[in-house]
Amino acid sequence: MKAIFKHELASYFSSVTAFVFGAFLLLFTGIYTMSICISSASASFEYVLYYVGFVFLIIVPILTMRVISEERKQKTDQLLYSLPLSMTQVVMGKCLALLVVFAVPMLIICLYPLVLSAFGSVYLPEAYGTILGFFLLGASLIAIGMFISSLTESQAVSAGLCFVVMLLNYFISSLASFVSSDAYASFVAFAILVLLLGLVVWLMTKNSFAAWVTIVVLEVALTAYYLLFQDSFAGLFAEVMEGMSLYERFYQFVYGVFDITAIVYFLTVIGVFLFLCVQSMEKRRWSE
Amino acid sequence: MIDVKHLTKRYGNHTAVSDLTFHIGKGQIYGFLGPNGAGKSTTMNIMTGCLAATSGEVKVGGYDIFEDAAQAKRLIGYLPEQPPLYLDRTPREYLTFVGQAKRIPKGELKGQIQRVMETTQITDVADRLMKHLSKGYKQRVGIAQALLGDPEVIILDEPTVGLDPRQIIEIRELITSLGESHTVILSSHILSEVQAICQTIMIISKGRLVACDTPENLEQLFAGKTTVELTLEAEPEEVAPLLEPLEHIRAVELKRATDSRCDVELETDGSEDVCREIFFACSGAAKPILRMATVKASLEDVFIELTSDAPETPVQPEAVSPEEPEQESEPEADVPELTVEPETGEEEAE
Repeated sequence: MKAIFKHELASYFSSVTAFVFGAFLLLFTGIYTMSICISSASASFEYVLYYVGFVFLIIVPILTMRVISEERKQKTDQLLYSLPLSMTQVVMGKCLALLVVFAVPMLIICLYPLVLSAFGSVYLPEAYGTILGFFLLGASLIAIGMFISSLTESQAVSAGLCFVVMLLNYFISSLASFVSSDAYASFVAFAILVLLLGLVVWLMTKNSFAAWVTIVVLEVALTAYYLLFQDSFAGLFAEVMEGMSLYERFYQFVYGVFDITAIVYFLTVIGVFLFLCVQSMEKRRWSE
Repeated sequence: MIDVKHLTKRYGNHTAVSDLTFHIGKGQIYGFLGPNGAGKSTTMNIMTGCLAATSGEVKVGGYDIFEDAAQAKRLIGYLPEQPPLYLDRTPREYLTFVGQAKRIPKGELKGQIQRVMETTQITDVADRLMKHLSKGYKQRVGIAQALLGDPEVIILDEPTVGLDPRQIIEIRELITSLGESHTVILSSHILSEVQAICQTIMIISKGRLVACDTPENLEQLFAGKTTVELTLEAEPEEVAPLLEPLEHIRAVELKRATDSRCDVELETDGSEDVCREIFFACSGAAKPILRMATVKASLEDVFIELTSDAPETPVQPEAVSPEEPEQESEPEADVPELTVEPETGEEEAE
């Protein structure tokens, strides 16, 4: 794991990737600090990060697009498979290296509240709580990006797919609010979601049987649940989507809540997607 | 060292490797030979844990490649068909990474890297980016990577493909020198290459092992077909009566006849006396021999014969594996000659 970590880190910093990523993040944070904190003379640094959140739409795909897909393209994944390393070690090493690349500009951002506090009273616990939330949000998105990169051989496909997923993630709660809040609309929305899930299962396993089983089981459960507890479905879809949205969790920090459940949620998302990433790499050995 | 048992790999409906069983002993150079698409790379990928088999097992030094992957992989150095290089790094950085991943202790790492770089002669380019290196050097970096950690088995998949003739010779010399202290397995579809450097040849065709023996023994199978080419100063009608009665000659074929010169091809039984016999017969009849050459059946003939045979034998329960003594007594349907030869690799194994 250490070897992979060192190797990845060296390659990020010997190419432009790490610097482009850091520059982008710092540039946008700087612009928003200027306009929110300095121009409007506000001491709330957390709102800077609230607005900077959208930068992840661009920088996460840039950072994660090549992480695994490039190994496949260059056939260097064969080296990883033949070395005495487990795929878990490989994925963890890569993820840690990405987090370090992300943490470097974040450390610089940590100075901003201190700088601001020289000119006014900044409530530091809230500012740093938000920075932590921001970091965890970024880490979760990076984990999702890694998983997407493990699905394809092409950097471009990986980046595009990752961008779409980031976009959905960003707008999901506002999109979900367009779904009519009556129970039947929620039910239909869930049913469509299950079909999408089935599609994802099929894409990953290329096994139509598994996909159909997933779809049928979930649709039946959903229908049964809907028939039994029809009332509870009203507005449920929007609520669930909001609950799932990573950004909504992050906004809790911005509003000044140090939300432990959000931290647990972020860590869970990271764990799940890294696990899926390991599985996706292991799977390649079996089918190829 | 490596035990492969009933290995099968299917991709959907296509069977790439079918019920492969063989044993690889210590300290020899083995050659996997087969036409393109015969399943050589698939077999090697499975042996090194890069690919999972549909069924069957591979044991390296007693460790299962899947159950005890880490221990088994530590015994193997593998160079895949395309050297797995990170092109934006230098060979030194790359070897450091591989060395760390192979858990070479920090103190030894530098020395080992220096040593493998000297063995593969890449010290001069150690600090150049690998994307600027020529194919030959890339191949060497790939081999250097496989040598790190001093594994007992080195597996090279088509190590000389795409190299120029001088590089091919250099890589072959390198492999020969590696064979002195390691077990080396290499694959190739080039006969002369395998013939030149391998002590044991395994011929694979359509995912099956059709032969496994030393190059000499494989040639011997066809020694009975040795032919002699002869140019005589004689009239065409004189040739057959002169040569046909000879003891070791089976058939006489007149190839060409121009103004009292005849090119003749003789099929013999492989006896060494045949040339002497021809000489005395011709000198007795006062027919000058202008040219005489013995043409032995080459490994190429063996190869073509074996690999073209394979599709006609759909049901072959066990691939030929002369390393296992109990099989030697079993009658083999399509390649009976192979089992007659005692396996020379056996004594050296274990």
